[in-house]
Amino acid sequence: MFLKEYFKTVYQTISSLLTGMRLTGYYFTHTKEIITQQYPETKPVLADRFRGEVIMPHNETNEHRCTGCTACELACPNGTIKIVTKNEINAEGKKKKAIDTFVYRLELCTMCNLCVQACPSDAIIMSNAFEHSVYDRRLLTKVLNKPGSKIMEGVE
Amino acid sequence: MFSLEKLVSIIQAWLQSTLRDPWAYVVVCVMVGVAAIALFAILGLMLVYMERKVAAHMQIRLGPNRVGPMGLFQTTADTLKLVMKEGLTPDGADKFLFNLAPFMVMIAAMLILAPIAFAKNFQIWDISIGVLYVAAVSSVAVIGILMAGWSSNNKYSLLGAMRSAAQIVSYELSAGLSILAIVILSGSLKISDIINSQADGWWIIKGHIPVIIAFIVFIIAVTAETNRAPFDLAEAESELTAGFHTEYSGMKFALFFLAEYINIFIGCAIGATIFLGGWMPFHIGNWEAFNHVMDFIPSSLWFIGKTVFLIFLIMWFRWTFPRLRVDQLLNLEWKYLLPISMVNLLVVTLMAIMGWHL
Repeated sequence: MFLKEYFKTVYQTISSLLTGMRLTGYYFTHTKEIITQQYPETKPVLADRFRGEVIMPHNETNEHRCTGCTACELACPNGTIKIVTKNEINAEGKKKKAIDTFVYRLELCTMCNLCVQACPSDAIIMSNAFEHSVYDRRLLTKVLNKPGSKIMEGVE
Repeated sequence: MFSLEKLVSIIQAWLQSTLRDPWAYVVVCVMVGVAAIALFAILGLMLVYMERKVAAHMQIRLGPNRVGPMGLFQTTADTLKLVMKEGLTPDGADKFLFNLAPFMVMIAAMLILAPIAFAKNFQIWDISIGVLYVAAVSSVAVIGILMAGWSSNNKYSLLGAMRSAAQIVSYELSAGLSILAIVILSGSLKISDIINSQADGWWIIKGHIPVIIAFIVFIIAVTAETNRAPFDLAEAESELTAGFHTEYSGMKFALFFLAEYINIFIGCAIGATIFLGGWMPFHIGNWEAFNHVMDFIPSSLWFIGKTVFLIFLIMWFRWTFPRLRVDQLLNLEWKYLLPISMVNLLVVTLMAIMGWHL
């Protein structure tokens, strides 16, 4: 009885080890499985939800969806976003709050995605761009709204 | 046909005709020493490269591919970096032992090289107790490891060295017993006799299941003796930073690193010699044409091929299996490998007495 148990352990151990060796042996002989991407030579294939930086999409008539509510600024844990607002007078003569500059400091950003989640009007998203290296760190402070852009019709 | 035997006899004849008697031997000794050191250097570079490539492909990566064609010069570049680095000795260390330890490990590795037959009649020293010599000298390396661990004055080093000593001392037993199985079958401790006894078939084929069991036990024991994963508790990175060579840097670290790979090569060379026939070509019964083609491959290539196959097997283990705990390690040796190889030795003895092997 004891011997039966003993040899059963030996058999189970060897067969489970062989299962592992079969998998690594398969990977060793099948080079098409290799997932390494040789970055500078070939552009990497990134997942859609990869977070590279915060961007503000503009449509073809240079309009964005940002209302200047500063929800993202409040949500940001390390003060990456600074929104400067101004008052605009619309066609009906009413005053309306709008953004002047949306300052985004890439060097402080941890890509935590909290600003994107906080945004009520889906004005900002995370983009896949990851090649951020520059020779001057001032270049990392970006203004996300394009010059002369306006808020899109119907976004409150 | 290329043969190392002819090369050696030509050099020896030329030396003896040009130099007076004692000097010819001195020059031969120096040449052997230089050849051994050159072999070590080349082995170190190639095995590290092979390890990194094998590891990369088993983990679905590419491995080194930037320095030179296919990254072949990566290990040379790494060695150059290590040579440039400062060899630090910690303040609290026992300076003499600390600096001596890497050389002890290297010397132990070098000594085992002596009885290995690299090709037909190409052997540094065909000692009559070859296998016993190998088993005895391979345990000397543990002194170097203990020395390094103790003199570093570092708790991780000491723990690593103690684990390494416990491990090597335990696994020597089953390695020795599985080598004994072949010694019983071939009836000699001499390496050249063991190889010649395999002229009509390697022991792993002639010896049926008992020899296959001995071979498996031997491979496990060699993996453990060289402190490699899954038995790399002595230098377990996540527990002991680097075990006994935590405090070493620069060239002294490189010597430990080199000694590890040399020990793998030697362990696999011994395994190839006693189980897979050393430089003996692969022959099948009376297939004359097939045997003739096999004879045409140089004996040195047979030896290197078999050794590299075993090294690949050990690398395969390393990149597949998770590390054992200390108690599991000792359980495996004392509860499984040792009893199995003892019973196996009895079966092999019975087989040799009754002449059941081919």
